[in-house]
Amino acid sequence: MSELITPTLPGTMAEKVSTPANLKFFVTEEVHPENGTLLGFWLYLMSDCLIFAVLFAVYAVLGRNYAAGPSGADLFDLPLVALNTSMLLLSSITYGFAMLEMQRKRLRPMLVWLAVTGLLGAAFIGLELYEFAHLIHEGAGPQRSAFLSAFFTLVGTHGLHVTVGIVWLVTLMVQVARGGLILENRRRLMCLSMFWHFLDVVWIGVFTFVYLMGTLP
Amino acid sequence: MSAHIEATSPHGPAGGHGHDEDDAGAPHSTFKGYMTGFVLAVILTAIPFAIVMGKVFDKSSTTALVILALAVVQIVVHMIYFLHMSTKTEGGWSLLALVFTLVLVVITLSGSIWVMYHLNANMMPPSMQEMKNMP
Repeated sequence: MSELITPTLPGTMAEKVSTPANLKFFVTEEVHPENGTLLGFWLYLMSDCLIFAVLFAVYAVLGRNYAAGPSGADLFDLPLVALNTSMLLLSSITYGFAMLEMQRKRLRPMLVWLAVTGLLGAAFIGLELYEFAHLIHEGAGPQRSAFLSAFFTLVGTHGLHVTVGIVWLVTLMVQVARGGLILENRRRLMCLSMFWHFLDVVWIGVFTFVYLMGTLP
Repeated sequence: MSAHIEATSPHGPAGGHGHDEDDAGAPHSTFKGYMTGFVLAVILTAIPFAIVMGKVFDKSSTTALVILALAVVQIVVHMIYFLHMSTKTEGGWSLLALVFTLVLVVITLSGSIWVMYHLNANMMPPSMQEMKNMP
């Protein structure tokens, strides 16, 4: 980079022009970050974060507009939410264990931990679907009030992300089982690791802002 | 299948590190780090649930502030121990993107709440008293 900016004194101008080989008007080498994929995936996660921020903002604005319908205090079942939260938190640490096995290049234990992670994620989705079905059955569906529309959009979007994460996880398990822990598969596993932990971070906001604060009088 | 580990490596001779022990740029995670994060996360999850379900504080606003503060702490814990964020990740670019996103998130959230706070009051039809006083 230092060759790019060559301070030229007025007196040396003629000399510089006569040797055009010294002049560089553009970068001749490509600049690569250490691992572009992980940084790029991080940028994707940050843009995903903005989607959730907007949905949180919608919930913040509309979350108390019950339209004479049920409120969060009437609907939310906190023990169920606590169970759901623990599922997602446990799946985060089991994915971490899978990454540790990946670093040790132990294929079989890693696949087992990934399977456990997937099952915990599936349990989370199952509990969430049960909750949604229960709410809709009680007549508290997304069309009941602005509060419930915002609730189903925010929590549903998060659930959709987790579902896609599970599909991705199963796909990667097949790829790793067939191709082994090659560099490409390790990179993919690290991307999914970031995705999975990111969803757990979003869930912190959901259970705090939607469920716990929603049940406050 | 595993024979082409090096052949398909995206790094040229200049980009490689001589050996493929660790993936380029990937943070090296440890069991201790994950367990520290997990224990902290469990504690920081259990406290807000206990506060709300046990009705520890009389005022809702106090409860809301405390659990929001705990959520922020837990998010930081997850960022450090699970997402391996540090000032050095990707040469600082990850943190820069994160800070930029946080600025946008704060503007979106606080701006929405600030602007829409009087939504109901502004959308309310005028009372009969106000109707009479209208020119």
